[in-house]
Amino acid sequence: MMNIDSETIRRVAHLARLDFDPQAEAEMLHDMNRFLEYAAMLDELDITGIEPLVYMNEDPGRLRDDQVRQEISHEEALKNAPRCDSDYFRVAKVIDQRE
Amino acid sequence: MNKSEEHPYELVVGLEVHTQLTTQSKAFSSDATEYGAAPNTQVSAISLGHPGTLPMLNRQVVDDAIRLGLALNCRIRERNEFARKNYFYADLPKGYQITQHTTPIATEGYMDLRQSDGQMFRLRITRIHMEEDAGKSMHDQDAYDSLIDLNRCGVPLLEIVTEPDIRSAAQAGQYLTELRRLLRYLEICDGNMEEGSMRCDANISVRRKGDVQLGTKVEVKNMNSIRHVQRAIEHEFVRQVAMIESRQAISSETRSFDAGRGNTFALRSKEQANDYRYFPEPDLQPVIVSEDWKTMIRANMPPLPADLLHDFTSRCGLNEYDAGVLTESREIALYYNNIITNTRHYKAAANWVMGPVKSWLNAHALSMKDFPLSAACMALLTELVEDGGISHTAAVQKLFPALVSQPSEDPAELANRMGLQQVQDPDELLRLAREVLQAWPDKVAAYRSGKKGMIGLFMGELMKKSGGKADPKMAAKLLEGLLDA
Repeated sequence: MMNIDSETIRRVAHLARLDFDPQAEAEMLHDMNRFLEYAAMLDELDITGIEPLVYMNEDPGRLRDDQVRQEISHEEALKNAPRCDSDYFRVAKVIDQRE
Repeated sequence: MNKSEEHPYELVVGLEVHTQLTTQSKAFSSDATEYGAAPNTQVSAISLGHPGTLPMLNRQVVDDAIRLGLALNCRIRERNEFARKNYFYADLPKGYQITQHTTPIATEGYMDLRQSDGQMFRLRITRIHMEEDAGKSMHDQDAYDSLIDLNRCGVPLLEIVTEPDIRSAAQAGQYLTELRRLLRYLEICDGNMEEGSMRCDANISVRRKGDVQLGTKVEVKNMNSIRHVQRAIEHEFVRQVAMIESRQAISSETRSFDAGRGNTFALRSKEQANDYRYFPEPDLQPVIVSEDWKTMIRANMPPLPADLLHDFTSRCGLNEYDAGVLTESREIALYYNNIITNTRHYKAAANWVMGPVKSWLNAHALSMKDFPLSAACMALLTELVEDGGISHTAAVQKLFPALVSQPSEDPAELANRMGLQQVQDPDELLRLAREVLQAWPDKVAAYRSGKKGMIGLFMGELMKKSGGKADPKMAAKLLEGLLDA
């Protein structure tokens, strides 16, 4: 079974743009290992020759015609944003990429 | 890069091109895709990534992908799945991009290109896959915040990936030019690089000539002009060779091209630590592309630039250069193609299109689709000149401008009314010829004693007498007949 270490927690946290203090990190480490232990029950099953199940049925995908339907207004689009102005969503500045 | 012939290093490049499709609605939702709309007006609960929404694929996206795949000689996949490419960025509210990860719709294609030295070169196409675009972030509009416009979020893209077959910046430029032309002929992408509808990443490495193994590659991201791609490649070649020569290791990294300085710079390593944790998109069932579907697309393929070029050279007898100019844009090629269904004067028709028509469009800053004269009318005009009805000069300088402002007129009738028709009456021309020869007895004698160049003088005089309207071919024949009698 896979074991999660602090290094993995930090990497996954970075990918998810999360920041843990040491106590939160320790709790997360504990919890994530428990999740995996629970999921490890599946290891007891013999799955040789069984294809991974991705889709719940074998129906082919449904397609739409290329037609425009504007379902929400500009105001509605911005309504739930934590921060916005009359035109744009606003987020903390993503800094210059130059080294 | 001619000097690379004696250069000990070889350039190896593969390109990834993202093309925005010109569909009306987005890839997985029905909000509009029009470029330049007010920010955050073309969005939906799906493109905004609200919970509880389900994507539904636009059929046109699949049509376009098949069309491009067939035009690039690819194998088309029957069972197409989608995956989630996970990353967090403010212009991607869902937190993942829907893309075809392991099942690209088209694979194993190629494009044949003619190099400047006339040699043909086959560039292999690795894959074409369907995916969606992200929104746009603006970092320099505000001192503290980045501004996010999600209109572009979910706009359909095709990503076209080549094998690392490219050996020079010139080849890269040729491929991109040809690909853009193909996309425009297929009417699936407008190819406007400055508006970002075609963007290019280049994977660039160098190796010693003769080495089989590829060098460490550097990826230069997100270039929006063919010239930039070529300059980035040239810069990377020099930079990487210098590093190898000074025994430095080239690190596999992502770089950006600075158009102002003409160089590339590395993005911070943290931003390169990508781990997209792809997994199958459970919200979309696989799309099945049947044989019937492919057959239907194939049957409705528009004429492609290579086909028209071949037709114009082999059937119409145009040279490669003229055929190349005529097929540069789809509109011009199809217009010319329509003219020559109405006249067999192929070369003359080509000259009309490449000369007066193109000049007129340039002078008025208009494109072919705005040109007022029908192809049938241009064919009549071509025939009128070729049959000697009016002179070429009168046609270009007088009749053509008049026709353009009265596009419904018949060329021959209008020429008649304007008094442009050439004198083709043999009796009238003979009378004029006799008058000219009588007026210049000494020159006639000179001609007859061998100064054949005098014919120019007689022609000039005859044209003067006819008010510039004598049919020059007929007049010359009559003069020669009288002189040689």
